[in-house]
Amino acid sequence: MRVGFFVTCLVDLMRPSIGFAAIKLLEAGGAQVIIPATQTCCGQPGYNSGDRRGAIALATKLIGEFEGCDYLVAPSGSCTGMIKTHYADLFRGDPAMLRRADALGARTWELTDFLVNVVKLESVPGKFVGTVTYHDSCAGLREMGVKQQPRTLLAKMPGLTLKEMTECETCCGFGGTFSIKYGDISSRLADNKCEFVAQSKADALALGDLGCMLNIEGRLRRRGDMTTRVLHVAELLAGDAP
Amino acid sequence: MQIASMHFKERAHDNMGNAQLQGNLHKIKGKFVAKRRESLVELDDFEATREAARAIRQRALDRLDVWLEIFERNAIARGATVLWAETPDEVNQHVLDIAKRHGVHKTIKSKSMVSEESALDRAIEASGGQVVETDLGEYILQINDYEPPSHIIGPALHKSKEEVSDLFAKVHGTARKTGIAELCLEARGVLRTHYLTAGMGISGGNFFVAETGSVVVVTNEGNATLTTTLPKVHVAISGIEKIVPTLEDVATLMRLLPRSATGQSISNYVDILTGVKGEGEFNGAEHMYFVLVDAGRSAVLAGELKEALRCIRCGACMNHCPVYQNVGGHSYGWVYPGPIGSILTPAYIGIENALDLPQASTLCNQCGVVCPVKIPLPDLLRKLREQQFERHLRPWYERAGLRAWSWLASRPALYALATRIGVRLLSWMGGRERLIHRLPLGGGWTDARDMPAPAGSTFRELAGERQKNRGER
Repeated sequence: MRVGFFVTCLVDLMRPSIGFAAIKLLEAGGAQVIIPATQTCCGQPGYNSGDRRGAIALATKLIGEFEGCDYLVAPSGSCTGMIKTHYADLFRGDPAMLRRADALGARTWELTDFLVNVVKLESVPGKFVGTVTYHDSCAGLREMGVKQQPRTLLAKMPGLTLKEMTECETCCGFGGTFSIKYGDISSRLADNKCEFVAQSKADALALGDLGCMLNIEGRLRRRGDMTTRVLHVAELLAGDAP
Repeated sequence: MQIASMHFKERAHDNMGNAQLQGNLHKIKGKFVAKRRESLVELDDFEATREAARAIRQRALDRLDVWLEIFERNAIARGATVLWAETPDEVNQHVLDIAKRHGVHKTIKSKSMVSEESALDRAIEASGGQVVETDLGEYILQINDYEPPSHIIGPALHKSKEEVSDLFAKVHGTARKTGIAELCLEARGVLRTHYLTAGMGISGGNFFVAETGSVVVVTNEGNATLTTTLPKVHVAISGIEKIVPTLEDVATLMRLLPRSATGQSISNYVDILTGVKGEGEFNGAEHMYFVLVDAGRSAVLAGELKEALRCIRCGACMNHCPVYQNVGGHSYGWVYPGPIGSILTPAYIGIENALDLPQASTLCNQCGVVCPVKIPLPDLLRKLREQQFERHLRPWYERAGLRAWSWLASRPALYALATRIGVRLLSWMGGRERLIHRLPLGGGWTDARDMPAPAGSTFRELAGERQKNRGER
């Protein structure tokens, strides 16, 4: 099973350890992980901001880099959602590219979804003693149907107790460039999320998308909470939590 | 209605700092979101019903001209008059003409958001007539010097009970009431006399039924029943897109409309009004008019936002929108707030008059998954963003930034070099705390948040080194 690993630009630049944690999990599931060296960005920033042409250029590049693999897996619901559900729109006027986009989309998986439903991982290497609350990222949840998958995997960690927070499915306010353009609204939404995290009294917040992660962690720290750990689910599962 | 959509940012900022409003907004969640969820459990198959509703609305739009003509024919056959309004001004002109024809001085009105588009109440008053809103929410706003509505289902939702108590005491000159029932009774007392003395009743229309030439009006207060049947003249005003082919279609849509809107299995009243009062009939208006409003709709029908016209105005998208929940309906600056408003406002009043609205969404798609007619709201917002980008309506630096990103990300070697330098710089900025407190050009982020600092090397660098080491071993 040749798995093309799309690290995503945010993990690549901000927290490379998440990428290595994801690879560890994929290899634990028996996958042969391939990392196309020229990969950069899926094109979502341009697509969501109206720059269709820029998005098409990056989508075309990504399809070329990954279509030779059996699967494309990324530690993000947002980027895989872009590839799986929005590339078709980008290429709606280009039948040849549309076919290639659809073919890749059908083989594109969010990491936890892939671990549960394709490689059917039975045990995970990570160990964690404490309580964790889980934030469902919007694209993962509403575009990729990721809800039970991370919870199923976390349940395989004996010392870990999941404490669900109120409104775990409500947007954290990141929204890509929205977070800068409407900083005060974005921060308010992040603050609401921090409130729910605090109420859950969990030791750590886990999630599956780096945008939400930077947003919520950034707001938590500014609020003065320096102790609640914010972890990508891959780090937790791989036992690579910093 | 006056357009204030260009001031979204300032208004949103002010509204987030208004503690009273924030408290009122908070109640919406429990009231509408929770109740909707509970009521949907009653349906055997929500998704299948939703798909049926989508198909009904889409079928109507696909042959809108044909259904409208069938409606017109059937409405006329039942003695009604059908008038067409291409612009908001034409809506007002039709209504003023009708009032003049029948010698109407006083008009009562049940809720009509379409009439807000043309500021009909003000036009009636300017012509020397009197108009009284009978929907409790609309009435509250009217007597508060025509405060704009903040929600399409609960126009005065932003107001607390206490604010209404003060307002009633001031305007009615009565002792200040505190109980909701007392306040309602007081409003009812005032409105009753108007029902009995008005010469004309204006209603909105949730649906126009093509096969029967009827208008369907969905309410909870019963005010629409009185407004449409007591006065001699009834005028129903609504958008041309509100047509549905059959009464059976209405039945399907009604399984979802009240549930999506207020979490009710069925609203307290559903009026189906067909034609004028016939011989020997006891109820109904003697003269019935339909004003079918275009005001931008046919242009939307011909474009890529077409699916937005499926909207049945339940308000679920705004009730569930995290942005709406925090900034309130007034921030959006026109008739329709929230996600659907962020599409309809630029579509109806001009994309250049509402530049923020399509952008002011995280595209979280909570609106899309609750919409009872499956309008892909985030996709439509994105289309508007594309139009803005193509027409150079966004700031130059935003455009330049996006173009620079796609240019750089298309050149892997250069991208690798630039990101290597970038993450090292940002990592250094993170100091010992590993947090960046202030980002140049990123004030929108760092005004109220820190930026967790990057590790200092990119994944691709590290993966490359790892591969090399493995190879050497």
